[in-house]
Amino acid sequence: MSERIPVIPKEKFAFVNEGARMHDKVFDDKPISYFKDAWLRFRKNRASVIATVIIVMIILYAFLMPLMNTRYDSRFMDPYYAKKAPRSLVLRPLGIFDGGQDRAFSEKGLIRAVAVGVGAENWDGRGVTVEEGLESYYQPMLKISDPVEKRAGKNITRNYTGRVDVFLEVGFLYQSIMQSEYAKIRAWEEETGLHVLYPLVEDNSYNTDASDANNWYKMKKNTPVSTAGGGKAKELSYEPGLILEDNYKRDADGNLIYYEYTGGGSLETAQYRVRVLYYNYYRYRNGFEPNYIFGTDSQGYDLSLRMAGGIQLSLLVAVCVSVINFILGAMYGAVEGYYGGWVDMSLERLSDILAGIPFIIVATLFQIHLAAKVGPVPSLLFAYVVTGWIGTAARVRTQFYRFKNQEYVMAARTLGARDRRIIWKHIFPNSLGTIITSSALVIPGVINSESMLSYLGIVKLGSAQATSLGTLLADASSIWTNYPHLMIFPAIVLSLLMICFNLFGNGLRDAFNPSLRGVEE
Amino acid sequence: MTKYVLKRVVLMFFTLIIIMTIEFVLVRLLPRELPTDKVQAAAIASRWEALGYNQPLMVQYGIYLKNIVTQWDFGTSWYISFRKPAWDVLMDRLLPTVLVNLYSLLFSIPIGILLGIYAAIKKNKWQDSFISTLVMLFVSIPSYVYAFLVQYFFYFKLGWLPLQVYALADAGNSWVSGKMFYSMIAPVLALSFGEIAGLCRFTRAELTETLTSDYMLLARTKGLSRRQATTRHALRNAMVPILPMLISSFIGILGGSMIIEQIFSIPGVGQLYLKSINLFDYDVFMMDGVFYTFVGLLAGIVVDISYGFIDPRIRMGER
Repeated sequence: MSERIPVIPKEKFAFVNEGARMHDKVFDDKPISYFKDAWLRFRKNRASVIATVIIVMIILYAFLMPLMNTRYDSRFMDPYYAKKAPRSLVLRPLGIFDGGQDRAFSEKGLIRAVAVGVGAENWDGRGVTVEEGLESYYQPMLKISDPVEKRAGKNITRNYTGRVDVFLEVGFLYQSIMQSEYAKIRAWEEETGLHVLYPLVEDNSYNTDASDANNWYKMKKNTPVSTAGGGKAKELSYEPGLILEDNYKRDADGNLIYYEYTGGGSLETAQYRVRVLYYNYYRYRNGFEPNYIFGTDSQGYDLSLRMAGGIQLSLLVAVCVSVINFILGAMYGAVEGYYGGWVDMSLERLSDILAGIPFIIVATLFQIHLAAKVGPVPSLLFAYVVTGWIGTAARVRTQFYRFKNQEYVMAARTLGARDRRIIWKHIFPNSLGTIITSSALVIPGVINSESMLSYLGIVKLGSAQATSLGTLLADASSIWTNYPHLMIFPAIVLSLLMICFNLFGNGLRDAFNPSLRGVEE
Repeated sequence: MTKYVLKRVVLMFFTLIIIMTIEFVLVRLLPRELPTDKVQAAAIASRWEALGYNQPLMVQYGIYLKNIVTQWDFGTSWYISFRKPAWDVLMDRLLPTVLVNLYSLLFSIPIGILLGIYAAIKKNKWQDSFISTLVMLFVSIPSYVYAFLVQYFFYFKLGWLPLQVYALADAGNSWVSGKMFYSMIAPVLALSFGEIAGLCRFTRAELTETLTSDYMLLARTKGLSRRQATTRHALRNAMVPILPMLISSFIGILGGSMIIEQIFSIPGVGQLYLKSINLFDYDVFMMDGVFYTFVGLLAGIVVDISYGFIDPRIRMGER
């Protein structure tokens, strides 16, 4: 204790931080919130990201397709071009989306198909060879195979396979028009150089079916004949040099007849029968060529627009249902879980009873009772809302049971927070991730059951304005083997929607589950 | 345990009665339609009058309940099969529905579970990701898309199977004949894809959870081989949630799949439901609705109770 501590004068001491105010340091890096963390982990899940991209693409298709098509809207239809295969004028030269269908032809059938193109060139009755007709723009046969010969005794039958453009295959049709219309068509023909009106056909023994405007050449028992060689008609067989002899109606001077009075009183209302090449008649009426990227549906609507409408409807219903269920379920489950006791008991019984009613019965009863009054879509929505929230409510309820006795809730209560504040500000945000996920998984379920209900015809959504993918599939169900595009496109879109929304929902679920953090690495 | 079961059963019937009441009121409120044939219309109208269809709603419900309790009479079919009791109409259609769904379950359960086990054992290897990807696809695609694919490949392309299920008369007047079974293969296949995928996913999820648990580590340390530990410990524990699910699907076969029955024209319960809506045969519709409700509720409580039987650790009804 002998050593003395040197005395340091007071002046030498100074406060290090004198005059400065001390604060906590600001974090250099940004905090990662719960949602940001979820987003970061969602991004790592490749399948979910791809699914999200596909969903976005389908949504874009559904909303942009009707906008991009400036020529007509979803109500545009053409009864003669119903169930036609996909045909895109841009892709047609490449051999895909050419409106073609592969078929097998007998010799007579092949001549009949080829004759449409020959007849289109033979508008003035000058006599056109099949070879010329094959080059025609209106030739429906896209491809003709070599014949397969089959011998049965003396007879040789030749069969062909080929690909036929189903739009051009319609060929000629009889139409009833007024005189003013006739004049307009003539003016349009003059302007464009295309032919719409073709000579009428004689109804004689060479015409096997006078109601069919494609029978323009001379036939006996459906076989084309040549009558030039004197008395007896000679049967013709298919070969490129073949000349089909026309059976056009001619007046006494040998001029072709293009129209025929069929009825009606005055000059304005009188109806005339004309024979038109339907492909050009369509062009005359609409100003464009048939161009349906996904073909036409069973009634003649553009399938691409019908599908866009169906997707819109499915998404609209699904999103509405998921939002409404989210709100209802959150409120119901919050009350149940937070208060517990007899409130919980009685509310649980109520939701048990509602959950016991099969959804299909709810949907059916709502449709029968309400569809006539408020329309099928709102009554479908009601049906979903009646029982749909129960799953969400149950999930919210368990979350509330989990969180309501935690310290931070007690702290809030001690500080005097009211029930409402504790529910919405403290507990609810913590269970939000789970609830959002379950709402996202509601969407594919709704899309599936909506398309199922409309497929079964319980929900009738087949009007000109709105349709559903399920209705499109139901329309196709009996005829799709002949017109596969009617089934393939809606089925692909529906399956894609289901797969992608499921993947998306699963990705969300994993991302919002903090216990999975770091598991993937 | 007995007390718990009893309580659940009583509660179930209570729920069933309430739902029945709701359904009854909503169905009876619908306008009834008479056939255009005058004689038949008069006959049906007078039958309705005699059966009390024109009484106040609650009186009608009283009659309905009384008939069920005293004569097991759930009403009468007027259009689907004239004046046949609705219960008989339903029972006639039950067998085809059950058969198709039973075949499909028997076909898909082994495949689904085996695939699930395989995927769980090979977890995070390429086999697992391959199976899981396929499962994801197959679970999501709606069942009627499978139906069309099956029809396309097996009927149009290969010609192996008929397009639709044979009528009863074409298949030796028996639902269980070989010919009938052959025609049922197509719907069974269409149903099975989704079923297999669902089972596989469920099994994989449960088994991966049990495979990583502590008792597995103990089992390995005490000297069991991987195979022994998996079959005796992990698989057994994974079965606890899987078995109730299987039981509920066995009850679910009573309900069947409406859409598959429609596509393959199986004269089953689902088709009856659609027919009864389209023909306004409301008593049959009501019968079918009660039946569906009952099946759903039954499946729910059987699953809950079976947990208690399968897993001795779970004590039902105790707090």
